Amino acid sequence: MSTAGTRAVAEGADSLRDRSVGGLGGPSRAPHEAIRRGQRLPYFSLTIIAIFVLAGVLAPLLQLPDPLEQSLRLKFRPPAWEERGTWANPLGTDRLGRDLLSRMVWGSRVSLAAGVATVLLASALGAAVGLVAGYNGGRVDATLMRITDATLSFPVILLALILAVTAGPSFANVVVAIAVILWARYARVIRGQVLTLMELDFIAQARIAGAGATRIITRHLVPNTFNTLIVLVTLQIGYVIIVEASLSFLGAGIPPPTPAWGSMIAEGRDFVTSAWWVSFFPGVAILLVVLAFNLLGDWLRDTLDPKLRQL
Amino acid sequence: MSARPVVDVRDLQTHLVTRWGTIKAVDGISFSVAEGETLGLVGESGSGKSMTCLSLVRLAPRPAARTVGGRILLDGEDLLTKSEREMQRIRGKKVAMILQDPMSSLNPVFSVGMQMREPVASYHGLRGRALTERAASLLAAVHISAPLQRLRSFPHQMSGGMRQRVVGAMAIAAPPRLLIADEPTTSLDLTIQWQYLNLLKELQTQHRLAMIFVTHNLGIVAKMCDRVAVMYAGRIVEIGPVRRIFKSPAHPYTRALLASIPRLGARAEQLTAIDGQPPDLATLPPGCAFAPRCAEARERCRIEAPAETRLDETHATRCWLHAPAARSGAPQDAGGAGAAPSEARL
Repeated sequence: MSTAGTRAVAEGADSLRDRSVGGLGGPSRAPHEAIRRGQRLPYFSLTIIAIFVLAGVLAPLLQLPDPLEQSLRLKFRPPAWEERGTWANPLGTDRLGRDLLSRMVWGSRVSLAAGVATVLLASALGAAVGLVAGYNGGRVDATLMRITDATLSFPVILLALILAVTAGPSFANVVVAIAVILWARYARVIRGQVLTLMELDFIAQARIAGAGATRIITRHLVPNTFNTLIVLVTLQIGYVIIVEASLSFLGAGIPPPTPAWGSMIAEGRDFVTSAWWVSFFPGVAILLVVLAFNLLGDWLRDTLDPKLRQL
Repeated sequence: MSARPVVDVRDLQTHLVTRWGTIKAVDGISFSVAEGETLGLVGESGSGKSMTCLSLVRLAPRPAARTVGGRILLDGEDLLTKSEREMQRIRGKKVAMILQDPMSSLNPVFSVGMQMREPVASYHGLRGRALTERAASLLAAVHISAPLQRLRSFPHQMSGGMRQRVVGAMAIAAPPRLLIADEPTTSLDLTIQWQYLNLLKELQTQHRLAMIFVTHNLGIVAKMCDRVAVMYAGRIVEIGPVRRIFKSPAHPYTRALLASIPRLGARAEQLTAIDGQPPDLATLPPGCAFAPRCAEARERCRIEAPAETRLDETHATRCWLHAPAARSGAPQDAGGAGAAPSEARL
């Protein structure tokens, strides 16, 4: 009797805890429990990102039709649930009869890889410039910030088009073209944060303890700007995916026949009235991924603040 | 006090180059502090107290600030001739500083333990368990309870007083020769203030530190310091033993400062304030910087800056009222008979 009673109590506690962790269904009855376990994870964004990442990574293993194989007999097949659609091409086919699902899956490789590579390159460069400018101040700061301003005033698309024309469109050129502009945003944000940090006593305290420039930058400035950097990186991945898609749409991006979401939308734009699915699905993919990264970025911003985390 | 001075500053000059001209933030300051001795540095905001401290460790904010003259002898070595690399070593080992704002004096992203271990490891060459224990014992030395647990806390989980004690613990991690405390208690509660001052005193006696204590609170000076230097507009206008100065202040500014301390039981109208504003350092008058606010200013005070006059072995001031009568046109000598020429050492 008593054991059953305790079990019931234990179960009650468990269900309470579960609910508070999930945080769904109205106010939790044990809020501090949820707080102790950390914030709720952004399941929505993580799921979407995981799906696309897995799709990209596992693309060769998925037994999908060859994304490059053309078949004019199969062109403009609608998605499976439409009239004339077949489950051989679940999302239909494009102008050249290539399987859309397969192209989307392979395309997620390109889009995600371009997004991540660009943002990593740009953030490393931008953070370095921001740290050096903010730490040194004076003339170094003025010079670096004028270069930053100049860079920010330069349209990404134009530069990428120039690069595509002069060096030929390629994955590497797209990454470089976007990163060469994008770093300036990081530089500006990080520099601003470094300026406020430099006013704080612990930097002065570190100097008095005999720390040199390298030490102050690596030990004090970088860790304190890291959260900002992570949030910015996450938010910018979405932006870069859109820019890459725009470039591909304009024909200055990843060259065909490599599937990329932007160029897929471009290929379908002449047929939107008759074969809407060709542009629609890659568009939805971009929307979902960008949304997921933005939500993740917002969540990270709220969570990474050590003060908020402990409240 | 007859011990060899730990730090001996001679005619230190630090200038700030700004858009509005060159400001003499520290204008020819001389003092020395012996082992186990505390020198108080008092004065209004902007009188050059903090700039003096920063200049001592060659950390005056660049590029605006330049130390353009003087000598800083720390254990007999002139710091102004050292390279930046040598200075970094000296700062970590020989000089420690406690700053004003406990809220920002610790790096917010690392636990207290991580920040404590670093100076301890570099100084004592300890690792692992021994290192943690040593860090904990330092926290215990500044009266933090449950030090082993506290090592795992982050700065924002601690109160201002506790953080300031952690800073104190880090300052003595490698026992320095000179401890500079720049208004360390200004932002603490009164009760915590007293505790912290006692703690500083305790650390000082334990490690025989020479201490420079910057404050604008004369009550704290009376409690903490052996000698006091009163600063005005980048100069020391009076320096001497605390008791001597509290009992018979020589400089009108010191007298005004002492008169403006509220006392219990005194009637409200007896509380005097110093007229006028602190001087603008960019446009100082040609004579004594305090002359425009000085009730006893003479003609000469407005024309010529007074040199230092020694009133006795330990007490000196910069004021024409005390200048040797031998000088022609000097106002009558108000005190210090037989005052010596100015360049004598303090």
